[in-house]
Amino acid sequence: MNAPLRRVAISVLVLFTLLIINVNYIQVVRSDELRKDPGNTRVLAEEYDRERGSIVVAGNEVALSTATKDRLTYLRQYPAGELYAPVTGYYSVIYNSSGIERAENELLAGSDPRLVFRRIADLFTGRDPAGGNVELTLDPAVQQAAMTGLEGVTGAVVALDPSTGAILGLASTPTYDPNQLSSHDPAAIRAYREQLTDDQLTNQAISQRYSPGSIFKVIVSAAALASGKYTPETPVPAPDLLTLPGTSTTMENFDGESCNGGADQPLIDALTISCNTAFAQLGIDLGEDRIRSMSEAFGIDDTGFEMPLRVAPSKLGDIENDAQLGISSIGQQDVQLTPMQAAMIAAAVANDGTLMKPYLVSQVQAPDLTVIDKTDPEKMGQPVTPEVAGQLTKMMTSVVESPNGTGRRARIDGVQVAGKTGTAENSADDHSWFIGFAPADNPKIAVAVFVKNGGRTGGDVSAPIARSVIQAYLDGQGG
Amino acid sequence: MSAPTTDPRGSVAATAVPTRRGTEALLLGFAVLITVVAQSIVDLTVTGSLRPEMAGFSAWITALWVVAHLVVRKWAPYADPLLLPAVALLVGLGLTVIHRLDLATEQVGSSVTREDAPVQLVWATLGVALFVAVLVLVRDHRSLSRYAYTLALVGMALLALPALLPSAISEVNGAKIWIRLAGFSIQPGEFAKICLVVFFAAYLVDKRDVLALASRKVAGLEFPRGRDLGPVLLAWVLSILVLVFERDLGSSLLLFGIFVVMLYVATERSSWLLIGVGLFAVGAFLAYQVFGHVRARVDVWLDPFAYRDGAGYQLVQSLFGLGTGGLFGAGLGGGRPDQVPVAKSDFIASAVGEELGLFGLVAVIVVYLILVERGLRTSLIVRDAFGKLLAAGLAFAVAWQVFVVLGGVTGLLPLTGLTTPFLAYGGSSLVANFVLVALLVRISDAARRPATPHAPPPPRLGDAPTEVVQR
Repeated sequence: MNAPLRRVAISVLVLFTLLIINVNYIQVVRSDELRKDPGNTRVLAEEYDRERGSIVVAGNEVALSTATKDRLTYLRQYPAGELYAPVTGYYSVIYNSSGIERAENELLAGSDPRLVFRRIADLFTGRDPAGGNVELTLDPAVQQAAMTGLEGVTGAVVALDPSTGAILGLASTPTYDPNQLSSHDPAAIRAYREQLTDDQLTNQAISQRYSPGSIFKVIVSAAALASGKYTPETPVPAPDLLTLPGTSTTMENFDGESCNGGADQPLIDALTISCNTAFAQLGIDLGEDRIRSMSEAFGIDDTGFEMPLRVAPSKLGDIENDAQLGISSIGQQDVQLTPMQAAMIAAAVANDGTLMKPYLVSQVQAPDLTVIDKTDPEKMGQPVTPEVAGQLTKMMTSVVESPNGTGRRARIDGVQVAGKTGTAENSADDHSWFIGFAPADNPKIAVAVFVKNGGRTGGDVSAPIARSVIQAYLDGQGG
Repeated sequence: MSAPTTDPRGSVAATAVPTRRGTEALLLGFAVLITVVAQSIVDLTVTGSLRPEMAGFSAWITALWVVAHLVVRKWAPYADPLLLPAVALLVGLGLTVIHRLDLATEQVGSSVTREDAPVQLVWATLGVALFVAVLVLVRDHRSLSRYAYTLALVGMALLALPALLPSAISEVNGAKIWIRLAGFSIQPGEFAKICLVVFFAAYLVDKRDVLALASRKVAGLEFPRGRDLGPVLLAWVLSILVLVFERDLGSSLLLFGIFVVMLYVATERSSWLLIGVGLFAVGAFLAYQVFGHVRARVDVWLDPFAYRDGAGYQLVQSLFGLGTGGLFGAGLGGGRPDQVPVAKSDFIASAVGEELGLFGLVAVIVVYLILVERGLRTSLIVRDAFGKLLAAGLAFAVAWQVFVVLGGVTGLLPLTGLTTPFLAYGGSSLVANFVLVALLVRISDAARRPATPHAPPPPRLGDAPTEVVQR
């Protein structure tokens, strides 16, 4: 019986070797993947043991950790509730985290390399290690005005400081209460999470992109002015009906209105009243190359970026013929922008043609509030010359300030506002857009307002929201 | 006249064959040391101070192994010196992890704070008592073969009992393998396993010549006669019945595996293995088709992450624990092994892997390997056929159970309801496995004991030549 016994002994060795190989595979090869799996709350639980840093807006903590008596030592709280949810995100035991909580997690949790010397010091001084603080560029008045303006609709507001790219407001609705997702009661978290809609959990300002409609005419205008063949006063054809080249399809203006009785009209007037046929024809005349390169210069280049939240790529889309070029030139066809990208267009025009990279974190601090890193404004591109930017500003000011401008409802007493409306057709109700900046002669704030399926025009729905946001900021700036 | 001496052969033999009891004592000392240090680390990490019961616990655990060692010294002096220390280490580690999980549930502030570690210590004490009883009462393992058919009956009865009892008494988490009475719950299957291994050994020693008869050769393998298929078919049917009536995949797989391997060892015919694998394949296929719970287990095994919030939750949590533990583990008391449901019993290995890391878990696997291989070595060197088969069956039972359980917990195999021997929380499993290891100790003593004039009749001639070569 000894021969089979030896074979059994060897088989047992083989079986146990299999076990050991498999354990190696799980604990070494797959270790990282398993450790980081969103369903694995272990690493998160470890983070809860340490006092997480705060997220600060204008000196006030909008996300902070408070000590509790339960097992997860620190509870994450958001005193302003829904107001900053699109920016801070949540910090959940079950659903991981989102927003700044996720993007700046290493710093907030205290594992960021920039904190390493401090942590070594903590070892010696016996101080409890804590996370660093993140200070945001947001302006509370702007954020409040934006969220108030969007109440009851699905939409987004992005407000930028055109000269630096600092994000003054980042609003997305419908929103949610991050406190409810960040509690320590799994059942309550699940119950709350399950009744949230996709819209509530999506950041409309940066994660979603939509047809821009007529706000895209600013890009076409920029391309025209930059070509050197046009000035704001150059007359352009503005027919009542435009037959798209190579097709029998005709394009008409909004509500079938006439732009200038069918006659040519100056470029500035075409933008002021948002004449579709004029811009479709202009786009076709300029050619795809000019439109595409100008789009890319403004950031519409299909790549996206991080600020540090991920901004989805905006795109012009493929253009196969002049008919599509015409439709794309009025911001339809496959043109898709995020509200963030829309705000960047306004900001670049406002900043003498220089596009600054948007950023949300102004500085990060060690637990003892000493500044360990500061964001320096960064130039992202120079889509147009200061001269063209000046001409665009003049034209966009006309959109708001002219008696027949589509952006009339963005006017503010005593301040010149420049802007452009957009009403984008889609399979459901039209999207309503407005981009703009103010004061026109010395821009302090650039905004984009987007209302999903707003139904009415950008001038009706979005311009008033932009107005209140701009007003809120300028009031706070003492002017 | 010189002073009267005892049997000179005895003293000569004793010097020729060292008893190795000193080695055993030393290794047991290490096991106790590791246990006490590990318990202290848990306390210090989790609560910051040693619990007051620590001194009592240390004394108790030391006393347990001192008693076990002294009994071996007295009643089985030539026993293999590695068996008992391996068990002591596993039991100590198990107690530590269970205590650590006790503390975790208290941390959460859960309303059902149960101290399971002291209960397990009581079971371990009972286990050692039975270990002692077996060594004292069973002086010669061959005497067991006289009770083979009685044990077969007892084993069958124990196996069948939960199936016959009402579900209220016998069912936990879908498996009908318990007897729960007056606050106690026992798994009679664990004891049935040992009874049946004894019976298999006795039965196969009797019938192995017949079963080894070949009728035809297929592809170089000699297959048994059709009429000799009876016993293996019976074991197969028995396993299927366990699966049907008790919904216990683990015991079913365990019993059939043990029987087929013992049959192979007894007859030296590889064809039995093939027949066994074939029958297993048929059974597995039928079970997958017919039983929803088997299908669910297999589905979860194939892709646990697809069922991460449902049937696969436990396994996925176990994998998370193992992955987070990584190479070195979170340290005792440093992880969150309580995130895995029933970590104390079925999934104790994942708690070990999480807190002691890959190194800790592999060390545990190696300790099991030592235990099993020492058992198989005993089987190799013991002289009588019954002892050979019994030791082989018992050692393989441990190996097979460890493989199936650890394989399940680490996702290598579908999950079964078996517990990790010696390590996991659970009285029946612990006590039964102490009986098992007592039998192995008893056989290993007989195997290494030098032959004396009073020695029982020599083993079967058939084995003798092999032994000579072996030495």
